[in-house]
Amino acid sequence: MFRQIEGSYGVAEAVALCRPEVICAYPISPQTHIVEALGEMVKSGALRPCEFINVESEFAAMSVAIGASAAGARAYTATASQGLLYMVEAMYNAAGLGLPVVMTVANRAIGAPINIWNDHSDTMSQRDCGWIQLFAENNTEALDLHIQAFRLGEELSLPVMVCMDGFILTHAYERVNLPTRAQVDAYLPPYEPRQVLDPREPVSIGAMVGPDAFAEVRYLAHAKQMQALELIPQHAAEFRERFGRDSGGLTHCYRCEDAETIVVALGSVLGTIKDTADEMRGDGFRIGVLGITSFRPFPLAAVREALRHARRVVVLEKSLAVGIGGVVSMDVRSALSGIHLHGYTVIAGLGGRPITRASLHKLLREAERDELQPLSFLDLDWNIVHRELEREKQKRRSGPVAENILRDVGPPTAGTG
Amino acid sequence: MAFQPVKFYQTGTFTVGNRLLDPGERSVQANMQRTNSLNSGHRACQGCGEALGARYAIDAAMNATGNQLIAANATGCLEVFSTPYPETSWQIPWIHSLFGNTAAVATGIAAALKVKGRHDVRVIAQGGDGGTTDIGFGCLSGLFERNDDVLFICYDNEAYMNTGVQRSSATPPAARTATTAPVGSEPGNVFGQGKNLPLIAMAHEIPYVATATVAELRDLEAKVRRAMEIRGARYLHILVPCPLGWGHEANDTIRIARLAKETGLFPVFEAERGTVVSVSRIRRRLPVEEYLRPQKRFAHLFGGTPRADILARLQQIADRNIRRFGLLEETD
Repeated sequence: MFRQIEGSYGVAEAVALCRPEVICAYPISPQTHIVEALGEMVKSGALRPCEFINVESEFAAMSVAIGASAAGARAYTATASQGLLYMVEAMYNAAGLGLPVVMTVANRAIGAPINIWNDHSDTMSQRDCGWIQLFAENNTEALDLHIQAFRLGEELSLPVMVCMDGFILTHAYERVNLPTRAQVDAYLPPYEPRQVLDPREPVSIGAMVGPDAFAEVRYLAHAKQMQALELIPQHAAEFRERFGRDSGGLTHCYRCEDAETIVVALGSVLGTIKDTADEMRGDGFRIGVLGITSFRPFPLAAVREALRHARRVVVLEKSLAVGIGGVVSMDVRSALSGIHLHGYTVIAGLGGRPITRASLHKLLREAERDELQPLSFLDLDWNIVHRELEREKQKRRSGPVAENILRDVGPPTAGTG
Repeated sequence: MAFQPVKFYQTGTFTVGNRLLDPGERSVQANMQRTNSLNSGHRACQGCGEALGARYAIDAAMNATGNQLIAANATGCLEVFSTPYPETSWQIPWIHSLFGNTAAVATGIAAALKVKGRHDVRVIAQGGDGGTTDIGFGCLSGLFERNDDVLFICYDNEAYMNTGVQRSSATPPAARTATTAPVGSEPGNVFGQGKNLPLIAMAHEIPYVATATVAELRDLEAKVRRAMEIRGARYLHILVPCPLGWGHEANDTIRIARLAKETGLFPVFEAERGTVVSVSRIRRRLPVEEYLRPQKRFAHLFGGTPRADILARLQQIADRNIRRFGLLEETD
């Protein structure tokens, strides 16, 4: 059924179709609309049996989800940015215990300076925590990935986060294709836990493991993610059969076959990049786009296959690995071991800065001439940077950086928010 | 004919022997059907008050629920000594997640049971004083204010024993720990700090709050039983001496716990909905020195330069507890 709704509301509807049993909520923008909608469904009785718990922190949200999942319930929560960081200890724990919690992350920058707008810094910081990470390109895919996430997580006993760009997707009203309950029920079987807290069959979950077996337990976590590399395409194929559309999978290739330059990216920016690629192809540039849907596990083989015949690869990253460059770039480089091509990392869209087609045109033309630096920052205002560096050179007590820069930039102009 | 005198009370205690009681009133631990929920073979130190308290508390909860019990456990001594890989001492469904989230994990378990219609299965969360009063406090306060259907048990040994005896917000004034050295003009932990978790729990107006010690195990069992008769958030704070951290003899654990109560330093009471409803009276009042002197963590008060001034301040704390909770008054 097609509906013109907000991305967050669509995700809430999709999660509800998955029959979650325990939902934990702690407010943080831009995720909040999702749990608000689910809370209303639970309170009105539209979604039952389900417990909706207003917790006191994200750390508690993930911990309640851990307890619920260990007791055999399908557990869901959502967060973003600082909230994700606040629950990090519990995220590692959920993954280590093998509890298939599903969580939406409405991707948002991390402070300081505090910033509520979209980039991928939050989930990229959690690339090694053991969760599967799936990135949605648009709102219909965001809905679909949640349905696939419950299926995948429960099959493997691993937690799954569905990453969708904060505001750009969560707050965008666009047409989405909502599946029916019957479709979802047929695709997603009831949760059958591998381990469950039950007095009829007592088990100890979370016992201490020393050097004698710790490495084996960690390896098994890796092995499960390798299994996910097999399952994700299978689930996407079955999803296509049942729901009639392409969603999920490991990667999405767009006009890569004959491409000399391939842009690699994740999430909603892929649309803008594809439009730019189409336009540039009109000008004779052979450009392709590789969207990575499954960031963890990282599909090394699929990425290698997609990029191996290109002459250059531009990884457009919405996060900065401070001190080295790009998070995704490093993984892409791993995929290209032994293959010689030009590789460029472009940091773009940090803290919600728009990634425009005009900027991409300029960037990709530079790439075509191989004039790009190995690491560059899209639309970086060097004046601001140099003024602050100069200030720091002049004066020991130069003051808070963010405040200085805001003073330099002046009051916000219309349209930048 | 040989004469065997019958002792009606254990030597030096006021504890009535089980044999004088009706079977229905006997201790859960005296019952052949006790569950040994925390089984023997664990790695607790000799004389561990926490192991003793946990065994009594969990067995009593099992008894009260017809063995329909799930426990969430904070990181700490209890977790470490009970589950060394590849063994476990727990005979009940048990989960350890993290140090600071035990209350929230228990909330999640309770929510799952509710959704699944398992109303007969009850949930306990447990941890030491660090996992309760410090790092676990946020989640615990959340559990309290939501009135989630969980009994949280704090085994309070007044410091971080698992990491080598560091101060917690439950460490008493003047006590030596690894982070409150017995040096300077005010040796040991400073006065005027720390949290009283039972009173904080009461301020949440939850259905049931109680304190207990491992000196009065029947009282402890009765409080667990009472707690399991009630739905909603409940809090039980058990004083569990630690021979390692407190520096007393391993065979003195129960005596030390009793002295904590008899001096008035640890008030034993029950409260419902924020109001104290019963108090365990002090039977034979003793000066705090009787409690402090056998413990090496207070040895600096009795050394070359005895600190009568500090003893007087500690006595004031006990006196205040006695007045505040009516620990010497006749009760019904």
